[in-house]
Amino acid sequence: MLVWTRTSRSVLVVLFVVVFGVIVVAPLAVIGLAAVAASWRGVLPGGLTGAHLAAATGGDALASALVSVQTALIASAGSVLLGGWAAFALHGSRGRIRRLADGLLHLPMAVPSVVVGLGLLVAFSHPPLLLNGTRWIVLIAHLVLVLPFSYSTVSAALERADPDIALVAACLGASPARVLLTVRLPLALPALAASAGLALALSMGELGATIMLYPPDWRTLPVGIFAQSDRGALFAASASTVVLLGLTLVGLLALNSVRTRAAER
Amino acid sequence: MSAAPAIQLRGVGVDYGRKTALADLDLTVERGETLALLGPSGSGKSTALKAVAGFVRPSRGRVLLEGRDVTDLPPHQRGIGVVVQNYALFPHMSVAANVGFGLRARRAPRAEIRERVAEVLDLVGMSAFADRSPRQLSGGQQQRVAIARALAIRPAVLLLDEPLSALDAALREEMVGELLRLRAELPDTTIVHVTHDQSEALALAHRIAVMRDARLVDVGPAREMYRTPRTEFTAAFLGAANLLPVEVVEVDGEGGATVRLGDAIMRARVSGELDGRRRAVLGVRPQRVGVHAEGTGGLPARLLAAQWRGEVFRLDLRLDGAAHSGQEVRVRAEVASIEGLPPVGGRVALTVPDGCPLIADASPEEET
Ligand SMILES: Nc1ncnc2c1ncn2[C@@H]1O[C@H](COP(=O)(O)OP(=O)(O)OP(=O)(O)O)[C@@H](O)[C@H]1O
Ligand SMILES: [Mg+2]
Repeated sequence: MLVWTRTSRSVLVVLFVVVFGVIVVAPLAVIGLAAVAASWRGVLPGGLTGAHLAAATGGDALASALVSVQTALIASAGSVLLGGWAAFALHGSRGRIRRLADGLLHLPMAVPSVVVGLGLLVAFSHPPLLLNGTRWIVLIAHLVLVLPFSYSTVSAALERADPDIALVAACLGASPARVLLTVRLPLALPALAASAGLALALSMGELGATIMLYPPDWRTLPVGIFAQSDRGALFAASASTVVLLGLTLVGLLALNSVRTRAAER
Repeated sequence: MSAAPAIQLRGVGVDYGRKTALADLDLTVERGETLALLGPSGSGKSTALKAVAGFVRPSRGRVLLEGRDVTDLPPHQRGIGVVVQNYALFPHMSVAANVGFGLRARRAPRAEIRERVAEVLDLVGMSAFADRSPRQLSGGQQQRVAIARALAIRPAVLLLDEPLSALDAALREEMVGELLRLRAELPDTTIVHVTHDQSEALALAHRIAVMRDARLVDVGPAREMYRTPRTEFTAAFLGAANLLPVEVVEVDGEGGATVRLGDAIMRARVSGELDGRRRAVLGVRPQRVGVHAEGTGGLPARLLAAQWRGEVFRLDLRLDGAAHSGQEVRVRAEVASIEGLPPVGGRVALTVPDGCPLIADASPEEET
C-alpha cells in the first residue's frame, strides 16, 4: 500500500466501500430485490413473489436465454480459436507486419459496438453477402466484438512466457508441431481459459450491435431485457437480468475451474 | 567413430538487425573436451551457443557437428543437450516427465524411457524427486533436473549457458563439484560451458575461450590462460586485477624478461607477443602483491583504502611516481593481516614477486 498512516488508510477503505457500494452493489441488490418484488412503492418492496422469475425462465424468456447462451458459446469458442491462433501465429514476429496485424486485431475494441452493428448491417445487406435477417450476422457481430479481447489476453500471456522453454523442447528433439501440442498450448491453457471467460461475459451482455442486427428468431437476453424495460415492465426485466447474471456466472465459474486446474499443475 | 572435432564454428557471424552479436567466430571443440566461454555481459557468449544449438541462424559462416554441416538444420534435428540459465523446466510436467521429454519426442519405447529417466535422475541425485513438480524444487535441484533432461537423450554435445549463475555462492561451489563428477562419468561428452565467473571456468574447463564485443579475443588451455595470459583483457578477466605498466629492460631467449617498475627491477615471464616493444604490462594478482611498512625497501605507495573481507584484507594503493607517462597507477592487494601497516592515508612499501606474466601493452607505443 502506498498509504501508511492508519487513519488515512481507513479513510480510503471507507471511501472505496461507499463508492463501490453505491455504484456496483446497490444497483445489483435493487435488481435482485425487484426480481422477486410483488410491488414496490415505498423504500422496500411490498411483498415478495416468484412469478417474475418463473416467467423469466419459461416461454419466450427461456428461448431468449438459450439464444444468448448459444451465441456466447459460439462467439467465445470462435474468438478463442481465431484470437488464440492469431496470437500464436504472430508471436515472435516483429516489425511492420506485426504492428499492422496488432492494430487490425485491436480495432474493434476501439470502435463502438453500434458502429460495428451498423457496419455489418450495411456490408451484409446485399447479395452475394446477404446475411441480414439471419442469426449469422448476430454471431459475426459478437465474434468481431470479443475477438480483440481474446487475442490480447493470449498474446500478452505469450509475451510473458519464457521463450527458452520452447527452444529447449526443440533441442530435445521435438518437432515444431510437437512443441506446440505438448508445451506451448498446455502452457497457454490458463490464458486461453481466461480469454474464453472474458469473451463469454462480453458476449452475454452485448446489446449495442445486437439490437441493430437481430432477426426475430434470434433474440438475445439483453435485447429482451431492453424491450421489457422499454415497455416499463421493470420487475420482469429485473428477473431476466438475474437469469442473465446467473447464466454468465455459471459459465465463468466453469472456465475458472479449468484455469485454476491448468495453473496448478 | 569419426575423428572430426565435436564442434566446429567456421567464421560464424550473427547479426540482430544492424547489431552484430557475434563476429566471425572460428572455434573448434574436440570430442570429450570441456571448453569454457568466458566474457563480460553482452559479449556474445549466449549467441555463440545459440548458433551451435540452432536457436539462431548464423548470418555468415558454417556450423559443423562431428564434421557434418548442420548450419541449415533446425534444433530438433541436431541432438544437442542444452541447459539454459533459468533452466526452462516444463512447469506443467513432473520431474520424470521433464526428463523423459526428449525420449518421448524420439518415440522411444516406454520401458526404455522409464529406465533411462531413472538412470539419469540417479546420476544427478534426484531420484527421490521424480514425481515432484518443478515448482516444488529449489534452484539447485531445478538445475540438476535440467541437466538430467539434457543428458537423457545421450547428447554428444552438452551446452551449458551460465547454469550456475542463479545459485548462491555456497551452492555454486557444490554444483561445480557435481559437474566435475558428472564430466568424469561422461568422458565422451563434449561440453561448452558459458560463464562469466573465472573460477568456475578454471575449475571445469580444459580450455578457455575469452570473448569481448562479439569477438573471440583469446583461446587456450585453462592453465596457460591463467598463468600466461596473452592479452591484458584475458589477464584482467582471469583475476589479475593489477596490470602494472613496466619498462622492458631485457628479454632472454627462454621466455623470461627483466623489467623495471619504478626503481624496482624484477623478473617476468613473457606471455604475449612483445614485438620488441619497451613498454609492457605486468599482470599481478592481488594476492601476490606484498604490502609492508614504509622504509623496508620496495616501491613507495600510499594506502588509499582497506576493506576487511573475512579471510583477507583488500587494500587499495597508489604507486608513487609510477613509471607510466604521468598516469596514476592503482594497485589492489589482498593480505592476510594489516598488522604493522599505517592507517588509511599512510605510506607503505610494495613488493611485486618475480615470475609474473608480462603482456604487451595494448595501447600504441609512443614514439621516443
Ligand atoms: N534477440 C536479440 N535481439 C537483439 N539483440 C540481441 C538479441 N540477443 C542478444 N542480442 C545482443 O547481442 C549481444 C550479445 O548477446 P549475448 O546474449 O550473446 O551476450 P552474452 O555474452 O551471453 O551476455 P550475458 O553474459 O549477459 O548473458 C548483446 O549486445 C545483446 O544485446
Ligand atoms: Mg548470455
